[in-house]
Amino acid sequence: MSNEISPDVIISVRNLQNRFGTHVVHEDLDLDVRRGEIIGVVGGSGAGKSVLLRSIVGLQKPTAGSVNVLGVDVRTADDDTRAALEARWGVMFQDGALFSSLTVRENVEVPMRAIKGLDLGIRAQVADLKISMVGLPYNAGDKYPSELSGGMRKRAGLARALALDPEIVFLDEPTAGLDPIGASAFDALIVELSRSLGLTVFLVTHDLDTLHATCDRVAVLAERKVLATGTMQEMLDVSHPWVHEYFHGPRARAASDGKPDPKE
Amino acid sequence: MTTPQPPTLKIESISATGTVLLSGDLSIYTVTEAKIALQNHPEITNVDLQSLRRLDTAGAWFLLDLQAKAVERGQSLKVSGATAEATSLLKTVKAAIPQPVPIPPPPPFFMSLLESTGRSFAGGVLYLIAITGFLGIFLHRLGRALRRPKEFRFTSLVQHCEEVGLKAVPIVALMAFLIGVVLAFQGSVQLRQFGAEVFVVDLIAISVLRELGVLLTSIIVAGRTASAFTAAIGSMKMREEIDAMRTLGLDPAMILFVPRILALLLMLPILGLIADVSGLFGGALMAWIDLGISPEMFATRLVSGTSVNHVMVGLVKAPFFALIIGVVGCHAGMQVESNAESLGRMTSNAVVASIFAVIVADAVFSIFFASLEI
Repeated sequence: MSNEISPDVIISVRNLQNRFGTHVVHEDLDLDVRRGEIIGVVGGSGAGKSVLLRSIVGLQKPTAGSVNVLGVDVRTADDDTRAALEARWGVMFQDGALFSSLTVRENVEVPMRAIKGLDLGIRAQVADLKISMVGLPYNAGDKYPSELSGGMRKRAGLARALALDPEIVFLDEPTAGLDPIGASAFDALIVELSRSLGLTVFLVTHDLDTLHATCDRVAVLAERKVLATGTMQEMLDVSHPWVHEYFHGPRARAASDGKPDPKE
Repeated sequence: MTTPQPPTLKIESISATGTVLLSGDLSIYTVTEAKIALQNHPEITNVDLQSLRRLDTAGAWFLLDLQAKAVERGQSLKVSGATAEATSLLKTVKAAIPQPVPIPPPPPFFMSLLESTGRSFAGGVLYLIAITGFLGIFLHRLGRALRRPKEFRFTSLVQHCEEVGLKAVPIVALMAFLIGVVLAFQGSVQLRQFGAEVFVVDLIAISVLRELGVLLTSIIVAGRTASAFTAAIGSMKMREEIDAMRTLGLDPAMILFVPRILALLLMLPILGLIADVSGLFGGALMAWIDLGISPEMFATRLVSGTSVNHVMVGLVKAPFFALIIGVVGCHAGMQVESNAESLGRMTSNAVVASIFAVIVADAVFSIFFASLEI
């Protein structure tokens, strides 16, 4: 169904290298993300999924290689270019990373404060709209992050990431720590928002159900590089032992069947 | 690839048919402009989007808001020429527009003032009860440790004695030394007017030995140790380590509270004594430099003029202050919830509460000793 993706590449990572001391996390890593797709990055614990995300959004300076987002080289961009770029992407961190001293509405308003001359009434109402779009009740806007459940904090974090109608959203482990009902509701939310707002979604996950439910393409991170990219169907045919184990293990089969695996 | 053009919006003036033509971007960057231009024009019946380059959710919200306001006035407003994407966006936003829930009016000022006063009073009483209960737990466990010494962690006590006592010596000694210097200097300026310079010795001795040595030591220890207790126990509470201890049959009160409070109980009198000596030393030095009172003269005057009672009155307070600081610090640690903010809040609460309680206790002691005429 999702094969007719436009070939418009929006994020392009080339020869990325990340090293912490002697520990090499990424070596010659290449990855392309196309406009409008939902791409899931998977990999074992410590495979550098989050480091890849952090390198793309510029929180982590890679040792070598280039990262190009929306036509801008993230590594060499000057401050103004970067600021313009940051308004075109949104990042949702694992636990929402909401500012604890601000209410949810104020949190969502934070990115909008940078817009000169924005009417305060419009700002509050657009924030309320975003809060509602991510499926939070109206009164959640007045609450502080500590008063919300984990799932609600993630939704609020997504609302803040969407505040400026970005073209790309980065989601770090969007369903980690959620119960199955909350997790599948979040999956549905990602798909719905991505379709209706034309978002490109870059998500890092461990959750095979999320991959099945949301992703147009999957990129597998192992052995310090992107081992394979393709649809879930294509992933099943990859012969690399780790990738095979990942997509053919008991949990993977249970996820693809949508029901628990009887044996293994 | 494309570099984004700066978002601009062009609004073609309202035509006779009530149609307004928007071109450029209707986004969060330009929506304020659009609002100013279009909000007070009831004659608009149609917003034409056919030459609009970009519409975002803020823009879509604005158009829908404009429509809703027109409906309120009993008119209607059409949005025409929208692309397929814009239409679907308008639909998504329309479905998501929040329905404001009416907020109940706040109670009158007087009532809310009364309520908050009552709440803080009740909170204070409950806190006192909790602290007393905590003191009871400590004494009970201490009694058990005496009966069954095997359950008591001696190594832990030694470690806490080092943390609480030995490592606080430099700061306490320096503080007391400076207090002695200040007292001698200020006292000499005043007493010189009466030619009574020699009484500066009594001034320093009585104020340092009776009050300042122990009180200021306790305040420093409260800032340093109560916060450390709260942070250590609180972070264990936060990571459910305390719960894990309980499930393993270990008693957190015996393992965590008893060694800490006991260490403080043993160390604070010693620190108080160090502060006394150091304060007298600072005072004697300044008296020598400023007033020419030689160390021998200072010592003679000190021994003849100052009763040893003053030292006892000072030091007898130290164990009580230690108990206050330790109990408040450990209690605050146990109140930490599972988030980092509460850890920070409780740590600063512990410092404020223990310093306040130490000063209150000192005032009570002053009245007590005054009425006993010691």
